[in-house]
Amino acid sequence: MTIETSDPVLVQPGVPLLEVEDLHVEFHTRDGVAKAVNGVSYKVHPGETLAVLGESGSGKSVTAQAVMGILDMPPARIPRGAIKFQGRDLLKMSNEERRKLRGQRMAMIFQDSLSALNPVYSVGFQLGEMFRVHRGMSRKDAKAKAVELMDLVKIPAARTRVNDYPHQFSGGMRQRIMIAMALALEPDLIIADEPTTALDVTVQAQVMGLLAELQREFHMGLILITHDLGVVADVADNIVVMYAGRIVERAPVHAIYRQPGHPYTKGLLASIPRLDLKGQDLYAIKGLPPNLMRIPSGCAFNPRCPYARDVCTTELPAAVPLGTGRESACHFAQAVLEGEVAADVH
Amino acid sequence: MPETTPTPQHNPEHAPTQVEQRAMDLATSEAVAIPTQASSREEVVAAGDGLLSAEEARSLASDAWHELRRNAFFVVSAILIVLLILIAAFPGMFTTTDPRDANLKDHYLGAPQWSHFFQADWFGYDGQGHSIYSRVIYGARASIIVGIVTTAFVAVLGTLIGMLAGYFGGWIDAVLSRVVDIFFAIPLLLGALVIMQAIKDRNEWTVVLALGALGWTQIARIMRGSVMQVKNADYVTAARALGASTWRILWKHIMPNAIAPVIVVSTISLGVFISSEATLSFLGIGLQEPTVSWGLDISSAGDVLRDAPHAVFFPSAFLSITVLSFIMLGDAVRDALDPKLR
Amino acid sequence: MSTEPVLRVENLVKHFPLTRGVLIQKKIGAVRAVDGVSFDLQPGETLGLVGESGCGKSTVAKLLMNLERVSAGRIVFKGQDITHASGSALKAVRRNIQMVFQDPYTSLNPRMTVGDIIGEPYDIHPEVAPKGDRRKKVQDLLDVVGLNPEHINRYPHQFSGGQRQRIGIARGLALNPEVIICDEPVSALDVSVQAQVINLMERLQGEFGLSYIFIAHDLSVVRHISDRVAVMYLGKIVEVGTEDQIYEHPTHPYTQALLSAVPVPDPEGRETRERIILTGDVPSPANPPSGCRFRTRCWKAQDICAKEEPLLEVRAGLGDTAHASACHFAEVMEIVHTTN
Repeated sequence: MTIETSDPVLVQPGVPLLEVEDLHVEFHTRDGVAKAVNGVSYKVHPGETLAVLGESGSGKSVTAQAVMGILDMPPARIPRGAIKFQGRDLLKMSNEERRKLRGQRMAMIFQDSLSALNPVYSVGFQLGEMFRVHRGMSRKDAKAKAVELMDLVKIPAARTRVNDYPHQFSGGMRQRIMIAMALALEPDLIIADEPTTALDVTVQAQVMGLLAELQREFHMGLILITHDLGVVADVADNIVVMYAGRIVERAPVHAIYRQPGHPYTKGLLASIPRLDLKGQDLYAIKGLPPNLMRIPSGCAFNPRCPYARDVCTTELPAAVPLGTGRESACHFAQAVLEGEVAADVH
Repeated sequence: MPETTPTPQHNPEHAPTQVEQRAMDLATSEAVAIPTQASSREEVVAAGDGLLSAEEARSLASDAWHELRRNAFFVVSAILIVLLILIAAFPGMFTTTDPRDANLKDHYLGAPQWSHFFQADWFGYDGQGHSIYSRVIYGARASIIVGIVTTAFVAVLGTLIGMLAGYFGGWIDAVLSRVVDIFFAIPLLLGALVIMQAIKDRNEWTVVLALGALGWTQIARIMRGSVMQVKNADYVTAARALGASTWRILWKHIMPNAIAPVIVVSTISLGVFISSEATLSFLGIGLQEPTVSWGLDISSAGDVLRDAPHAVFFPSAFLSITVLSFIMLGDAVRDALDPKLR
Repeated sequence: MSTEPVLRVENLVKHFPLTRGVLIQKKIGAVRAVDGVSFDLQPGETLGLVGESGCGKSTVAKLLMNLERVSAGRIVFKGQDITHASGSALKAVRRNIQMVFQDPYTSLNPRMTVGDIIGEPYDIHPEVAPKGDRRKKVQDLLDVVGLNPEHINRYPHQFSGGQRQRIGIARGLALNPEVIICDEPVSALDVSVQAQVINLMERLQGEFGLSYIFIAHDLSVVRHISDRVAVMYLGKIVEVGTEDQIYEHPTHPYTQALLSAVPVPDPEGRETRERIILTGDVPSPANPPSGCRFRTRCWKAQDICAKEEPLLEVRAGLGDTAHASACHFAEVMEIVHTTN
């Protein structure tokens, strides 16, 4: 298996593993309708790592939950859109069919491993359950498989620790168990929602490295949901940046860091302190993320955007193509890309 | 609401455990912090509050009020309770008949006259020839006084003890908690029976004393748990870092944030105390004649149940509606204060 | 830096006893959360304190704030020993050392208005501001931290995370302290809001001549804001130096591993980047390894590391960037390739 680092994954031939098309998700609350996802489209190919970057409220997690079919409906509603997994629309399937796909063909890794694992069963039992339920294995075989999986995710002394309970493992080890559980039935697609956010830096590096390695080994598609631009730069092939429930920019990962094409991406990159920069001036994006019940008209980013003109408050910007596999939903995408300095960007 | 059926056989020891559990749920849910990268719904909320400052300022109390007004259970129970309090305070506004007027000759077990609204014979007459309508109107006062005063007493005592045990911990908690356990082990009604038996002149205030002396433990336990959750909050640490006195921390920071489950349980136990008073009076060990009380009337009408079921029905119905109203109010208040349901 | 330090910490120790029993307690061990930490803080300086969870950095903050009792050691504020201060002396100390908390959602009392929260310091220390001036003072503070002074009667839940953190900062500033201890002040905030708060803190430092102790696990944020940095591991400082010395010329293997683990937001050359991936987990502070506490995860560990605890001292032969490092085999390894 070769490491795919070059850009052209987005123009790969063949049927994509996952195709999200014009997905809308809204939440009906007592105060009104929160529009969490407003027309998101993305594709993931086998072996590709797609990073979905955004802050809280950007809709990145809601999109993933819609794909997994674990949104609580109500209050959530999907008024429009399609989610095609290996060519078949998940939204048109019965609950039974979708449940069969979950775990077998697609799996999810959560941020909080302590609450995602059941505290009253041993990890070996929980890992083995995947094989007993989906593969009808015997208790003994399932446990042997559990040990195998724990070896795979490099848990030391797997054979002796298989009977331990979740609280007896450290945060990093528990996250490895989560990965093992997701990988158990060799799914084609893994969705990892902030998989390392709760972990310490040194452990974060271990776990992210492991996840990337296993993904290459099994040639799975990986959707990495995160707010951390550093993690994205380390492992992603392609990236979509979300803001207020829309994709504002999509690009191969190398291109976007070199030359961001949307003012939001550009602002984010300028606002994070970097380990390798000295005497850096931090650019602060002004204002706050929008209230999803009252998303600004036109471009949702316009109240915070240094490039904003009148047109930005009236017209929703269409995606402007910016070279191979790149686009940006900004009226002034070309100007942003070429590094034209806006009024208050240093 | 299986635990809320207010019959005289109702065991008040049973209700508290479930109520307490719910109150504890409430206490825990209040202390939940919102994590950095929250799940979908919290994400929506987190992003949503950005522009909230454009709206009118609203305290949590007024927020809860806003919520309550939309709750049909609250509206119905609140109207009933206001009406009951009016009846208890000004019975003369509702009837001109003296509840102690007895006319055995004309009125012995007289049947209700359904069309004689608010008249002496509306609900018929009992075995002494008293107007039942007048009896239930005047009987409200004893029940409401016992309910409200006992609840106020246990709420203050329980809150105080729970707060001390929860905040200071250590040996203070160990001692207070054992005291609470000892009192908690005494069944409310049985204990009240024993106490009442030792008292010669029994009236509303002795009933309050008997019920209050035994009924505070549940609130103390709830308050203790609630305080233990709240005292670890960062805003308490922040107040300590500013040099705030213990008194100030308890009064300004712990109490307002820990009291919600106590309010809920107090409202519900108000109903429990009313039904306990009726039970004691029914058993002949609570209030005494000439006090007018629903419990006493139910007791005396029991002898003539076959001939005059209406003499049991009306005081029982008033008692049940009163107890139910407070329990419904408690449920509504809990829903309004419980952020998990928002 | 020959001026008198505003804050000096000498050999600070905090052991939490592990006990069994309720009324009669029996000590069965101790968690050595902080085990001999020394540093000083100069006026107007920012000292970064970094380390992973469980290293004791937050306990240090609580000890400095006198929120936990010190087991041993000394805390000196401007020449005055405040380690065991109590009563009015402690109250005076609190006016000079304040704190900003990590979680803007739990650090503000939800039942108080913003005006009451920021004004509370004046209720507790009435000598700082006469009653008539308080409202004005609170509004000035709101203005200083970039919030609308008219929002004085709002409640915390009406503000976003970043705005709440500004409220927390305003409360910390109210008494005009000289030192502010910041315990992970931006780690709970969104990326785009983090920068706003960091910039605000830098501006306030200049405006009010504040000294910061900045506790964080994010090494990038710490580099950005700190003048000097101390790295903690299992209750001890393993390396301390200027921002340049720590990030450009780290000599302790733990610092090196920590720096190399930080994901850099730049995909260029990610395939060739060298990473020191540590094995295993941090040992329990109730039972730390003998000698050097990092030896169980260290690739350089020798016999001496188990026997002899390395002192935090400047070692010979490390050139002009030499700084204190607690490793028997301290040597510079360049991890971060800095551009200006």
